[in-house]
Amino acid sequence: MKYGYYPGCSLEKNASAYHESAMAVCGPLDIEFQTVDDWNCCGATEYFSIDLLPAYALVGRNLARAARNKESDQLVAPCSACFLNLKKTDRYMADSPELTDKVNQCLAAGGLNYQPGSLRIKHLLEVVVNDVGLKTVAEKVSRPLYGLQVAPYYGCMTVRPDLSGNFDNPEYPQSLDRLLRTIGADVVDFPLKAHCCGGHMTQISEETAVELIRGLLHNATSVGAEMLVTVCPMCQLNLDAYQEVVNKHFGTNYRIPVVYFTQLLGLAFGIPMEDLGFGKEFVRAEPVLRKIQTEAPKKPRMKRPSRQALPMPAMTEEV
Amino acid sequence: MNTIAPERNFRREVIDVTPGKSNLESCLQCGTCGGSCPSGPDMDHTPRALFAMINAGMKDKVLKSNTPWYCVSCYACMVRCPQDVHITDLMYTLKRMAVKEGYYKEQAYSEAPQFSETFIEEVRKYGRSFELGLFTRFHLRHHPLDSIRMAPMGLAMLRKRRLNLKPDKIKNIKELHAILDKADKLGGAR
Repeated sequence: MKYGYYPGCSLEKNASAYHESAMAVCGPLDIEFQTVDDWNCCGATEYFSIDLLPAYALVGRNLARAARNKESDQLVAPCSACFLNLKKTDRYMADSPELTDKVNQCLAAGGLNYQPGSLRIKHLLEVVVNDVGLKTVAEKVSRPLYGLQVAPYYGCMTVRPDLSGNFDNPEYPQSLDRLLRTIGADVVDFPLKAHCCGGHMTQISEETAVELIRGLLHNATSVGAEMLVTVCPMCQLNLDAYQEVVNKHFGTNYRIPVVYFTQLLGLAFGIPMEDLGFGKEFVRAEPVLRKIQTEAPKKPRMKRPSRQALPMPAMTEEV
Repeated sequence: MNTIAPERNFRREVIDVTPGKSNLESCLQCGTCGGSCPSGPDMDHTPRALFAMINAGMKDKVLKSNTPWYCVSCYACMVRCPQDVHITDLMYTLKRMAVKEGYYKEQAYSEAPQFSETFIEEVRKYGRSFELGLFTRFHLRHHPLDSIRMAPMGLAMLRKRRLNLKPDKIKNIKELHAILDKADKLGGAR
């Protein structure tokens, strides 16, 4: 399968582990990425705060350049903020001919044009879970991550806002849970899985950010997670690099590694750690990864309900 | 005949410069937004209160409020709003209005506008964001003492090869400048 690929600024350096591991797993998953030629920043959450039309034009340039790819009309973004900016701009242009006209007047100054709807914009997680499919993923697993207690963390912009055609539930998403279970990991039920990591607040109002990060770390560890798995560079940075700041601020002692889902996918496919960008995280993942067992842990046998008990509905096993 | 009372004009103005359908006029004042907001405790007014103030035409107070600048764009309020009010988009609108009308400079209620502006300066210069430049310029300009406290993390980022020392620049920067200059000239869009 061929896809246009929009890496975004974070993946160039700060989240290079995400980029490296995404590239490493696309072989086994039979995905071919074609990077958008000379892409620019998507404006993150900053440009729309200051100015409107330039912010749309900035995203529009990326869409226009991506739409030139004749081999695929699908565009993948691994970063949640990039994904939302691309998708939202495409949607809002489709809803408003006036906006489309204005954005195209701007793009024309650079010899470009974009017609809304000509690209299907997807998040990398959506591609792996829905397009490739869990069946194919399961077939490629050579080294299941048995015994690894992971908390799937979706953050905000992958699942929200609830634009039509969203691939997962905006409040209690399941796709990453299912993917991690497919590669053998023990997925904990993580209630704050779609809560905010603080975004740019680590720079502007650290008090606000550390409170949110502390909540997430506390919740993940209290449900038994040994590792957080993210789908977004901003979430990874905030939860990982600011863990020490949180510990100092609250007198806590959290040490929970935060890794990208593509890094764990790669491990399960038997790709060596050094090709997956491990070692760039602040809280090292390696000690936790050593706990991976070679055999599936025996599931504790269900206790037979007492004869007097009321019949209870049972959860169906997924996948 | 214009049947809209003058104090309602501010609401009209807000709706007009918000992209898409804001549904602001449908707000029921239920407060689900404030209850869902992760940074709600730091805001001087909850989103619900702010919308009531917009309806009352309290332009001055609304644009001086720190509420929009504490919005982290998590969209939790927006997916829970029973009336489908596009709350996050409205927060962006209020931020832009506060910047355009110079309100945000009056009070040091949040450093978010300065952060956004520094970010944009980098993007317009290089076509990409430049984290090292952004952090050093933003922190040195606005709280130099904090830069010293932040330095160890910056150094650790460099050691882990997670920070670029030099900005990445796109190839066709002239094309981007032509597009953005045109956008500046055309101004507002819905």
